[in-house]
Amino acid sequence: MTTITATPRPMRSRFLLDRSEVVGPLFIAPAILYVLVLVGLPFLLALYYSVSAYSIFNPSFAFVGLKNFRDVIDSEIFRRTLVNTLVFTISAQIIGLLLGKIGAMLLMQEFRGRGVARALVVLPWAVPVSLATIAWLWMFDSLYSVINWTLIAVGLVDAANRPQWLGQEDLAMIAVVVVHAWRLFPFGVVIFLAGFTSVPKDVLDAATVDGAGFWRRNYQLILPIIAPIVLIALIFGTVFTFTDLSVVYLLTKGGPINSTQVLGTYAFQVGILSGDVAHGAAICLFLFPFLLVAVILLLRSLRRREI
Amino acid sequence: MAAVTTNEIRKQFGDVVAVDGISLAVRDGEFLVLLGPSGCGKTTFLRIIAGLEKPTSGVILIGGEVVNDVPPRARGVAMVFQNYGLYPHLTVWNNIAFPLKTQGAQRDEIKRKVEWASRLLGINHLAQRRPRQLSGGERQRVALARALVRDPTVFLLDEPLSNLDAKLRASARSELKHFQQTVSTTTIYVTHDQVEAMGMGDRIAVIDRGKLRQIGTPGEIYDDPVDEFVASFLGTPPMNLIERDGGSMGFRPENFLPKELLNGAPVVELPFRIDRVEYLGSEHILYGALDGRVAKREVTAKLPAHATLDGISPGAWHEFAVRETELRFFDRDGRRTDTKGRDR
Repeated sequence: MTTITATPRPMRSRFLLDRSEVVGPLFIAPAILYVLVLVGLPFLLALYYSVSAYSIFNPSFAFVGLKNFRDVIDSEIFRRTLVNTLVFTISAQIIGLLLGKIGAMLLMQEFRGRGVARALVVLPWAVPVSLATIAWLWMFDSLYSVINWTLIAVGLVDAANRPQWLGQEDLAMIAVVVVHAWRLFPFGVVIFLAGFTSVPKDVLDAATVDGAGFWRRNYQLILPIIAPIVLIALIFGTVFTFTDLSVVYLLTKGGPINSTQVLGTYAFQVGILSGDVAHGAAICLFLFPFLLVAVILLLRSLRRREI
Repeated sequence: MAAVTTNEIRKQFGDVVAVDGISLAVRDGEFLVLLGPSGCGKTTFLRIIAGLEKPTSGVILIGGEVVNDVPPRARGVAMVFQNYGLYPHLTVWNNIAFPLKTQGAQRDEIKRKVEWASRLLGINHLAQRRPRQLSGGERQRVALARALVRDPTVFLLDEPLSNLDAKLRASARSELKHFQQTVSTTTIYVTHDQVEAMGMGDRIAVIDRGKLRQIGTPGEIYDDPVDEFVASFLGTPPMNLIERDGGSMGFRPENFLPKELLNGAPVVELPFRIDRVEYLGSEHILYGALDGRVAKREVTAKLPAHATLDGISPGAWHEFAVRETELRFFDRDGRRTDTKGRDR
């Protein structure tokens, strides 16, 4: 009997691209590079700034420990900013997702021009945030506000006593929340639409035959079934809102009297505009540990819920 | 009194006529199978009875009452879906309890009924599992239990065995039939599988292109098909149909035998050229053609495995014959022309 010995053939270079151990890293490299250079590096830099005494007037990397963090906690403006951030994030999330769900339910119905309606709904998302916010700026304008004009026309508001949307502390907060919820709304619609269409038809039919009414059908069957998808939306929405500064910065710049100041705008003001980079970094990173824990918890509960 | 009666049910989706005037009466306690090829409208018809679709026209009666405007939950029907439609986030126990909860049943009544149904179907050990942790057969039983607890007037089953593998399907078939006999609830069962239909149905309603072709016992449907469609839809292989005098003549492969096996009764002789022999363990299937004088149509014969195959080999001619009583005749439009219902 002859033994067959495997003589290793010389690896030909023209098959190089057929080998996944070569092609894989090659394809992933751009993404990794991007994250390392544009996310990782600034993050590490911020970490270091936050424990140093760095400012643009005195660019020293002197290590000061957690002093910066103690300073910002002691600051009353910062504590107010923290509360504002929570109010801003949570209410915008709730309103955005709630409206998103209602919008998705309406867009699930068969009606003439549904395609157009679906396209229109996604518009707030497609429009650049700055343009959209500037449009809102006009709607909230002290003199030319179309909202006020309407309210006066319907007789809900007295012309002499018109609300100053961006000039009164409580109204300013409402205004930024409304604009941010408006921006989140299409995201909510898309998420819920995806969720609704993923519920098997058999399950819905079974619910109909079993006699489930509107509330039972929506809140005991559909919502729990699509919960994993909604939870993902919630995680993304929350993280993005916590770190967002565009809407607030364009509308109120954190005012009046810091009543709409959020972490993003405050960090920008302290770190960039005032040049106190170290304290700015500390403000930025303040919520990082909390967000990290929250995201991990949410992702874990997501895995448990997976159906 | 009929449990379910439909009168001239029509359903149109745009220009497509899915159900084209089906009238039938399902007897109390009967197991009726709706049999037809995919897309023939049988599922749509079932969904109309359930109330999940509104008929374009026609009347549906359940238990003697017109239910056209009665919502599904109040029709007294329970349905088992092709993919079972189990609620994925609920445990087996809560799945079965769900229809009772929507009816506002008392807690102890729910408990009693869920336990009764689980025991009947042998799934009480699965109570705390979720659907994704169950096998196909177990899911099907959970779906049945959920249908059962509602004390329905009618069970509607939409191809409930089609997601099971072949082996499980055979045992599930007999279990299901046994289950239906135990609870003796009127059942309407949709399938495209003639073996299921023949094995389970008290009666079979054959549907094609939205029309009811024939309704009758499995024996009637098989032996006395009213038209060529029914004749060729049932049986594996289906009935041989050969052209004759502007119409056609049909005979079942198992009645097409070597002449020497048919002694006594008057027969029609048909010389048969065998092209191919298929051995299936319990039987042989012979593929070939008839003598050109009769028809050039390809025909099949089915011989029991123990029959001697002397002289039967591919390429050979052999004298085959069919008893006259086993012949069926159809006109140009495929309708039966000889007297329906022979002496039994």
